[in-house]
Amino acid sequence: MNLSLLILLPLITALGILVSPGPRQVRLIALIGSIVQLGIACLLLLDYWHERVAGNHAPMLFEFNYTWFAALHINYHIGVDGISIAMILLTASVVVSGILVSWSTEKLSKEFFFLLILLSLGAYGFFISLDLFTLFFFLEIAVIPKFLLIGIWGSGKKEYSAMKLALLLMAGSALVFVGLMGMYVTTHSFDILQISQMHIPIEVQKFFFPFAFLGFGIFAALFPFHTWVPDGHASAPTAASMFLAGISMKLGGYGCLRVATFLMPDAAHAYSWIIILLATIAIIYGAFATMMQTDLKYINAYSSVSHCGFVILGIGMLTQTSINGAVLQMVSHGLMTALFFAAIGMIYSRTHTRMVAQLGGLLKVMPFISTLFVIAGLCSLGLPGLSGFVAEMTVFMGSWQNPDAMYRLATILACASIVVTAVYILRAAGKTVMGPISDSYTHLTDATWNEKLAATILVMGIVIIGVAPFLINQLITPGTENIMQQVGKAITLK
Amino acid sequence: MILTDFFILLRQELLITAIIFGLLIVKLGKDRSNESILMLINLLLLLNLAAGFFCSTEGALFSDMFRTNKLIVLEKNILNLAIWIISLQSYSWLKTHKHVIEFYILLLSALLGMFFMISSGNLLMFYLGLEMSTIPLAAAANFDLSKRQSSEAAMKLIISSAFSSGLLLLGISLVYGTTGTLTLSELSSQMGHNPLQVFAFILLISGFAFKISAVPFHLWTADVYEGAPIAVTAFLSVVSKAAVLFVFVSILYTTFKSLAELWYNLLFLLALLTIIIGNLFALRQDNFKRFLAFSSIAQVGFILIGISGSSQAGTASVVYFILIYVFSNLAAFGVVSLVSAVTGKEKISDYKSFYTTNPMLAWVLTIALFSLAGVPPTAGFFGKFFLLMAGSANGSYWPITIAALNMVISFYYYLRVVKAIFMDANDKPVQKLVVPALPKLALYICVAGIIVTGLWSSVYDYIYSLSPGF
Repeated sequence: MNLSLLILLPLITALGILVSPGPRQVRLIALIGSIVQLGIACLLLLDYWHERVAGNHAPMLFEFNYTWFAALHINYHIGVDGISIAMILLTASVVVSGILVSWSTEKLSKEFFFLLILLSLGAYGFFISLDLFTLFFFLEIAVIPKFLLIGIWGSGKKEYSAMKLALLLMAGSALVFVGLMGMYVTTHSFDILQISQMHIPIEVQKFFFPFAFLGFGIFAALFPFHTWVPDGHASAPTAASMFLAGISMKLGGYGCLRVATFLMPDAAHAYSWIIILLATIAIIYGAFATMMQTDLKYINAYSSVSHCGFVILGIGMLTQTSINGAVLQMVSHGLMTALFFAAIGMIYSRTHTRMVAQLGGLLKVMPFISTLFVIAGLCSLGLPGLSGFVAEMTVFMGSWQNPDAMYRLATILACASIVVTAVYILRAAGKTVMGPISDSYTHLTDATWNEKLAATILVMGIVIIGVAPFLINQLITPGTENIMQQVGKAITLK
Repeated sequence: MILTDFFILLRQELLITAIIFGLLIVKLGKDRSNESILMLINLLLLLNLAAGFFCSTEGALFSDMFRTNKLIVLEKNILNLAIWIISLQSYSWLKTHKHVIEFYILLLSALLGMFFMISSGNLLMFYLGLEMSTIPLAAAANFDLSKRQSSEAAMKLIISSAFSSGLLLLGISLVYGTTGTLTLSELSSQMGHNPLQVFAFILLISGFAFKISAVPFHLWTADVYEGAPIAVTAFLSVVSKAAVLFVFVSILYTTFKSLAELWYNLLFLLALLTIIIGNLFALRQDNFKRFLAFSSIAQVGFILIGISGSSQAGTASVVYFILIYVFSNLAAFGVVSLVSAVTGKEKISDYKSFYTTNPMLAWVLTIALFSLAGVPPTAGFFGKFFLLMAGSANGSYWPITIAALNMVISFYYYLRVVKAIFMDANDKPVQKLVVPALPKLALYICVAGIIVTGLWSSVYDYIYSLSPGF
């Protein structure tokens, strides 16, 4: 399978949007493009399955290597393993539902859908890159659409949030850049697979790992650089919030794993206590900060900080199970939070408020939307049968395997945060969905076809992972084993 | 010296001279409309640009006073391209101007001086070329004849360049006094760590720093850029700087190679100061020309980091970045000059809601700013990446880190303009502009350049293959 299709198709869709005459055609093209993309992603999954079943145990499949800047050892090198495929599937589902949710966008719809597609293009490119330059290129492509999407179509203090987000993410990129430079100067290569074969001296790793990890960490809302998350998510239009939380924050987690940890395992080991400390703070602080929020979007945004902390925690613990859990949590959180934002967007577009105190009894007038809201909430607090439980459970189990007492303490603290999560989720859901309904809301209507379709895709993902976790586990395990092998080498070397 | 050699090696200079004489003859003839003259000139400049791509060979003339090679020809072509684009863009402004031909004669003389400077194989020749490129520009800066600011700018330009020329001359004479030669190829073996030579070298560097407006020699830049007509500002910020930077790289890499440890640290210091100060001042500007002036100071800082890489990739990334800088900066100047020519508005706050009235121009400006900021997929991303990559080759990570973090600051002020264009409300946005054909062509070329130069790797590969090693 030709992976470049994953980049080409969004590109063609984006160009199609630019030349299309009216808003109706624009959204149609965007939808068709993204559905075909989802189809390709599924096809990729099947192809990958066939290859693996046929006994192909190469670390990366469907590789394609084209010399881009020969003099600088820069290649356009792409390829996928199970982790990337999981991320691509996540991206494709969130994109389709994001476009469906923004079906009735009227303000500058051409630009809106163009930027959404551009953002997804960056994510696809990022997840399939096996060359650090290409990866960085796609990472940065995704920054500008976010800025414009929030700044133009957002609400509230949108310019401030857009600027804050863009600058923090840019700072993240700058740190990542320094990390990449360090690896390049030491190894004279940008190729991830090549670098992983060479052993970067441990002093070099120790110097550059913080740059790379913090840089990607900013994208993944690593404490204390998470401040862009609440403002950015709250001000963004619904689809952009879904993309931000569902896709963009995963760029960070994936980068921490694939670039920082995979290529500099010694340093990952040496610094794991700092990573775990920051992750634990993020988990607990995020959970308590969520308790204080009154705006639905802020609730979900702060809880994202907490949930992304699990991703970082899983990576920091450096056991096979915990890294599996981190990847699972990325996928699960992506789907769950996208669904949450979609539901909040649907509620907001009808009631014109996101304040929990002003809402109530919505189950009576919009049962479908309210159900979505509850499903997303239950997934977030880790109800068995939904993806959140599977992911968080795996992270905890993996973390516990780490015998160090302090690490176990961190695990216990992280576990305890679930209680807090339950409090704020149940409170928000109860207040919004149940109870008496205000008179001004009685005439409101339930979800339209596009909203239903969007939600169904996401709910399907959540339930499939929740009920049959072994499917995705089998998908990602070869990839995480590969990363663990690197880490194992680092441990035995010591 | 064989006559054919003379014609082939000097062909770019001869062409410019021929155009200058042709323009003088047109001036002597009967009065023609500005439109027809501008058409003719732009056509000539296009031919001049095209002719530059044929028969590029190596060689030297006049006992090594003048030398050329494929890289030098390419550099001259970049300058030719820039001046053609500037000429296309100033169509709206010059259409109603009384002294079109004189303006072009001045610009082309300056360009001719730059060509001789780039090709110089001797410090005296270099000095001659430099002066020849500066003095006509001071006259051109005064070309908004009715504006006081314009003559002020001209005055400042001439005084500050006289000062920097003084520094250069003193440096050159000290070099001559200690080595007994001015030929660059002979100098490289004679320069050592003799204190007088080091002093001379520092004087030379200061002279260069003046010309490329590196901090702390940047103070003249903003005022001159603001006062001069936009076409001249574009010329100063792109062509003049590019020409001096080309010479700077080649002189540092060959003639002063023996002093490498000295200038290596010096360059980092200059570069970081330039980036930081340029950025901090650009943050607060509201006049678009001043804004671009300070942002261009910061850009020069990044170029200096690339130069400090002292490798084949160093030269290549500098030339490559300048090519990209030509496209990006001129695209920005193109839009600004269109708006200014029709409405007289030059402030960033005037661009609020620019997108609602002029979507195409707004996108061009945005793409140009993103390229200046170094955001993919524009070429600016590749340019900056390669510059910093060249700079980090020697393992100096802290300067690179500071420079990379400064990209965030620069990102902020570029985004500020983008925010004004797309997000800020405005009761009286700039009216819908009708863009004449020639400026439109210039904008298309710039945007195409911004997109193609980066993604299409052959451009870099070609420049790299021409660049000398260290």
